[in-house]
Amino acid sequence: MRFHHTTLDNGLEVIAELNDDAHSIAAGFFVKAGSRDETPELAGVSHFLEHMTFKGTARRDALAVNKDFDRVGAKHNAQTSEEDTFYHFTCLPEYLPRAFDVLADILRPTLREDDFETEKKVIIEEIRMYMDNPMSVAYEAAKAAHFGGHPLGNSILGTVDSITAMKAEDMRAYFASRYSPANIVLGFAGKGDWGQLVELASNHCRAWAGDRPTREARPVRGRRAFEAILREEDLQQTIVGVSDGPPLESEDRYAAHLLATILGDHTSSHLYWALVDPGYADGAEISYQDYNQAGGFYTFLSCEPDDVDDNLGRIAEVCRDAMAKGVTEEELAQAKNKVLARSVLRSERPMGRLASLGFHWVYRRAYLPIEQELEAFSRVSVDQVRRLLREWPLWPMTVVSVGPTTEIQPPK
Amino acid sequence: MPAQTATIQQHEYPNGLVLVAEAMPGVQSASFTLLIPAGAAYEVAEGLQVGGGAATMACEWLMRGAGDRDSRALLNDLDDLGVSHSESAQTLHTSFAAATLGANLIPALEIFADVVLRPRFEDEEVEPIRSLCLQNLRSLEDDPGSKVIYELRRRHFPEPWGRPSPGSAEDVARIAPKSLRAFHRAAYRPNGAILGVAGAIDWSRLRDAVGELFGRWEPRPEPRLVETPAGPKLDHIARETQQIQIAMAAPAATVAGPDYYRARAAVAILGGYSSARLFTEVREKRGLCYSVYASYEGQRNRGAMLSYAGTSTERAQETLDVMLAEFARLADGGVDLEELDTMRAGLKSSLIMAQESSMSRSNALASDWYFLGRVRPLDEISAELDALTPESVSGYAKTLLKPGELTILTLGPTPLDVKLPA
Repeated sequence: MRFHHTTLDNGLEVIAELNDDAHSIAAGFFVKAGSRDETPELAGVSHFLEHMTFKGTARRDALAVNKDFDRVGAKHNAQTSEEDTFYHFTCLPEYLPRAFDVLADILRPTLREDDFETEKKVIIEEIRMYMDNPMSVAYEAAKAAHFGGHPLGNSILGTVDSITAMKAEDMRAYFASRYSPANIVLGFAGKGDWGQLVELASNHCRAWAGDRPTREARPVRGRRAFEAILREEDLQQTIVGVSDGPPLESEDRYAAHLLATILGDHTSSHLYWALVDPGYADGAEISYQDYNQAGGFYTFLSCEPDDVDDNLGRIAEVCRDAMAKGVTEEELAQAKNKVLARSVLRSERPMGRLASLGFHWVYRRAYLPIEQELEAFSRVSVDQVRRLLREWPLWPMTVVSVGPTTEIQPPK
Repeated sequence: MPAQTATIQQHEYPNGLVLVAEAMPGVQSASFTLLIPAGAAYEVAEGLQVGGGAATMACEWLMRGAGDRDSRALLNDLDDLGVSHSESAQTLHTSFAAATLGANLIPALEIFADVVLRPRFEDEEVEPIRSLCLQNLRSLEDDPGSKVIYELRRRHFPEPWGRPSPGSAEDVARIAPKSLRAFHRAAYRPNGAILGVAGAIDWSRLRDAVGELFGRWEPRPEPRLVETPAGPKLDHIARETQQIQIAMAAPAATVAGPDYYRARAAVAILGGYSSARLFTEVREKRGLCYSVYASYEGQRNRGAMLSYAGTSTERAQETLDVMLAEFARLADGGVDLEELDTMRAGLKSSLIMAQESSMSRSNALASDWYFLGRVRPLDEISAELDALTPESVSGYAKTLLKPGELTILTLGPTPLDVKLPA
C-alpha cells in the first residue's frame, strides 16, 4: 500500500492509496455538502443536486453520462447524507481515464431548467418510496425529534412540498456555494499510478473555481423527545430511538462503535439475546453514527404493536445495565474480533477502502491505514467504555414510534 | 481480459458432497458458501408436506445450538473467530455463508459441520422461532417492494419453484417440532450439497478437513417434487400504499442451455444498468419513477426475466405502458452493436471485480457447480460474450418477450389496465 496526496492550485485536494494486488480502481469526489448545510426553504437540495449532476454537462446530456460510464463497465453511483455528497465509480485500471473524464465532467453540471423539472418527479417518487417504508419514516422522524431545530435533524430527501417549490436558480446558487474545489476532496484507491492520477486530476479539475465555504457545525445535545406517529395500515410497530454519542472529532468513536456492537449488533448482542432470540421482536439493533461535532446511538426496533411497551422496557434495561456495570473484558474482546474481521473484509475491495479513506481525510486531514484503524480498535479498554457510558448515557433516549398504535408509554 | 488465472480445484466425497475451491492471490480473507438442496420447494416433497415456512424455521433452529455448543456458545464462538455469517432458506436451497480471516476458515467450518449434522433441536426454542417467523411475515406485509417480488415469483414459476421461503402465517402458526425434524432428516443431505470456498486457502488441508468434518454425513434419497401450474398470470393485490408496485416476469433460457448468454445479454440491455432501455425511457426521459430494472433469475430447469418499477398511482399506468412498449421494442427491433458492447463491458468488469472479494467468489463457485457441474473459467465466459452478435441476441429477444407468457402483478391502491400487444 502506498499513500500519496497533493493539493491543486485551486485548493482541490487529491489523495490515493495504491495497491498493486487490486484488480480495479475506485475513484470518488467527496463534497462537503449535505442536508445540514440547507436552509428550511431548500430542504432536500443537496440530494436533488446529486441527482441533477447526472443530468448533463456542457459536453454531455444525461443519456451520454450514463452511456459513457457503462461503455467502460464502470460501476458508478452517488450518495447524499446529512454531511456529505459522495460521487464514485469502480472500473478496471485501463478504463480509468475514460471513466474519470465522466465523473469530473458531471461535477460541473449544467443544471438545465427542463431537466430540473423532470428530475423533480423522480425525487418525489423517491420520497414516496420511502414513505411506504416504516423504518425510513421512523428514522427521519426520530432525527427531527432528537435534534430539534438543529440542522442535523433536517431531512435528506426534503418533502414533496419543498421539492415542488424549489427553483433551479436556488440550486445553482447552492451549487456555487458548496461545490468549490476547496470544499471537495478527490480520492483514489486500488490499482493505479500516482503520476497518472495527478495528471488526470489536474487536466480535468484545475479550472474549477470558487470560494472556500464554511460549515457552521454547532455542537448539539439531543432533546430526548417522544413521538408516536399513526400508520393504521401497518401490521408491525417500528421504533427508532436516539441518544447522544461522541462526535467524529473524538477518539472515543472507536469505543462507541465497539459499545454499539456489544449492545446492539444484529447477532449475538445484548439486544439480540434480550429481544430477538426469545422471539419478542423481529429486529432490535443499535448502531453508532458520528457527525461533525455531534454523534448518536441509534436504536431500531420492529415488533408487534401490543409488545412495544414491554420491549422498550427491555431496551431500557439493557442500556441501564450497561451504564451501571459497563462491559466485560470478554465481551469487548469478542466485539473487537467481530469489528476487525469486518474491516478486513470491507477493505479488500477498493470501494470499501475509498470510502473510509476519503471521509477520514475530509474531516481529519490525515491518512488512516487499515492497520492503524485496527490498532485503534484494539487499544480500547473496558475503562474507556465505562467512561464513555458516563459521558454519553444511553437512556433516556429520544423515542419515535410508527405503526398502528399510538398508545405507547416509554419507560421513565 | 487480464491473465489472472486463479486455481480452481474440486473434489467429490463418497457421500456425494462436492467441494469446489479457489485460491485467490493477495487476499487475507476466506469465505465459504454451503448450498444444501433444502429450500422451501422441498416443504412439499412427496411424503413430507410440512407447511410453508418450515425450511426457514428449520434453518433458524439449526443455529440455536449444535454439538457441544448451546445457542449462546455457538454464536459467541463464531464472533470470537471474527466470522461474518448469514444463513437462510431460499426457494431451492438453504445456504450457509460465512467470511473470516484465512486462518479461521477451518475452525469456522467445524462449527458449521456441527450445525448441519448435529443440531440440538431443543423443543423450547421452537416457540421463539415461530414468533420470530410470524413477525418477519408481518414486516414483509409492511414492505411492498419485497412483498410484490415474492408474490410475482409464486405466480410465475410452477409450484413449488416459486415458493416464498418466509411461508405463510397460517402454516408457520401450526408447524410442529416433529415436522421440522422430519424436514431436516429428509432434505438435508450431502448428495446434492455443494461447498464453495474462496480466498486465502490451502487446498490439500481444506480437502482433508472437509472430508473429516462432513465425511460421515449420510446420503439420503432425493425427495420427489411434483410440479403443478401456478398463476394467475395477471393479478392485483390491493393495498393502501403511496406507490403502486409493478412486477413482471417472462420465461427465459436456463444457465446450462445454449441460449444462456443471449438471454443474459437481452435482459441486461433491457434493464441491467443505468443507460439500459428501461432506466432511460421510464426514469431519465419521463421521470416516471425512481426505481426500475430487469434482471435474470436462473433455476436448473427454467430461467426468467424479472422486471420491476414502483411509482405513484397517477403515473403507474403510463409506467406500465412504457415498460410493455420497451418489451415489444426489444422483441421486434432487436439490439444494436453499441448496446451489445456496453453490456459486454459491464459484465466483464463485474466478473473481474468479483475476483477481489472472497465472498462473491465462493458464492459464484457453488452456484456454477449447481447449474453446470463445473466452474466456468473467466476466459470461457469472456469468449462466450465476445461471440454474441446483434443478430444472435436480437433473434433470442424475439422469443424472450412473448406477451402471452408474461406474468404481471401489481400491488397498490388501484389495479392497472394491462394492454398487451397482440
